[in-house]
Amino acid sequence: MVDARGLSCPLPVVMVQKEVNKTAPDELEVLVDAKVCVENVTRFAASCGYAVTVEETDGEYKMILKK
Amino acid sequence: MENEIKLTKLANCAGCGAKVGAGVLSQLLEGIRVHTDPKLLVGFDKSDDASVYKISEELALVQTVDFFPPIADDPYTFGAIAAANALSDVYAMGGEPKLALNIMAVPKNMPAEAVHELLRGGYDKVYEAGALITGGHSILDEEPKYGLAVTGFVHPDRLLTNSGAKPGDVLFLTKPLGIGILTTAAKVEMVSAETYARALRQMMTLNKSARDVIVRYRVHACTDVTGFGLLGHACEMAQGSGAELHISVDAIDLIPEALQLATIGILPEGMYRNRDFAADHVDAGTVSLAKQDMLYDPQTSGGLLIAVHPEDADAMYEELKDAVLSAQRIGCVKEYRGGKHIYLEETNE
Repeated sequence: MVDARGLSCPLPVVMVQKEVNKTAPDELEVLVDAKVCVENVTRFAASCGYAVTVEETDGEYKMILKK
Repeated sequence: MENEIKLTKLANCAGCGAKVGAGVLSQLLEGIRVHTDPKLLVGFDKSDDASVYKISEELALVQTVDFFPPIADDPYTFGAIAAANALSDVYAMGGEPKLALNIMAVPKNMPAEAVHELLRGGYDKVYEAGALITGGHSILDEEPKYGLAVTGFVHPDRLLTNSGAKPGDVLFLTKPLGIGILTTAAKVEMVSAETYARALRQMMTLNKSARDVIVRYRVHACTDVTGFGLLGHACEMAQGSGAELHISVDAIDLIPEALQLATIGILPEGMYRNRDFAADHVDAGTVSLAKQDMLYDPQTSGGLLIAVHPEDADAMYEELKDAVLSAQRIGCVKEYRGGKHIYLEETNE
């Protein structure tokens, strides 16, 4: 899991990239709290072949990246 | 002695990326009474680069202001970029800058030497433009900011607005795109030193040489590509001119490293603001998301977007190639058919 809440872009993408490079997970949960970060992480995920689902609760976003 | 201060670490958003979105801006101004004057040739209602006031049959005054938080770590470089960016609005109107006033905010703890370097960068750039700095105003603030209020002159008949593009005109761009992405990536050290140095040089480059070429041709519209990105500014040109712009994406100089970064989501918040503002007016065709993002990327001290009479296009292109960083012939203007204002086209995919 990558918890990037409270961080502004491009840091969340950098954290997700680090995790993907380190563990190459089939599934990864990412927490962010800005729409821009959702968009940027979605672009990163697509570039590595992950499908993305997003759930929003009170301005926080739970993203699931799946191979 | 090497300067250890990293200016961009003191800023929340960089350069023209800090600009308030075009849509938000018009909401903020809604309901405020606008006075007019027959001598005011261009006011803020036109969404143009600068205001223009006619003094006589031969002379009009061009006025503009631009300032922003640090886009570069080195104070001299930041000062020079902010000045080049502020002066650019006068060039985009076809004018010549003559007088400038500093606008500066500095944190209490910013070393005096760094503030001096910042100002020296601004002065050098203004002198290179053939203008003078005649004063200014400085305040204390948590985040550094710098820019200039610039006054220039233009012949009223040779004024270039962003709203005069005519069907048949050929479109040109004079600097590569990708600055907002590169400066965002630089914050997390994801840009090669070589590309970053190129980006800084590009931002420090005045649009003077481009202006000096284009004023000798039948240019119908001109604007500088800054915070709203190519498509935001193109949209203003298309709407203001009541025309369609057809842009060939293959012909645009997209900085390769910025395009790679766009693919993996290293994108500034301003890119999304620009997208929100302009996307409804753009038919993106089959152009990839990453390339579209590059076209919405906010530029700082970007190049000029020019619409020129088709008979002048070849000759102007030849001259621009020698005068600017990257002369690009990126499309054409067509009659508005009532749908989208911008059509992106691609041939090489």
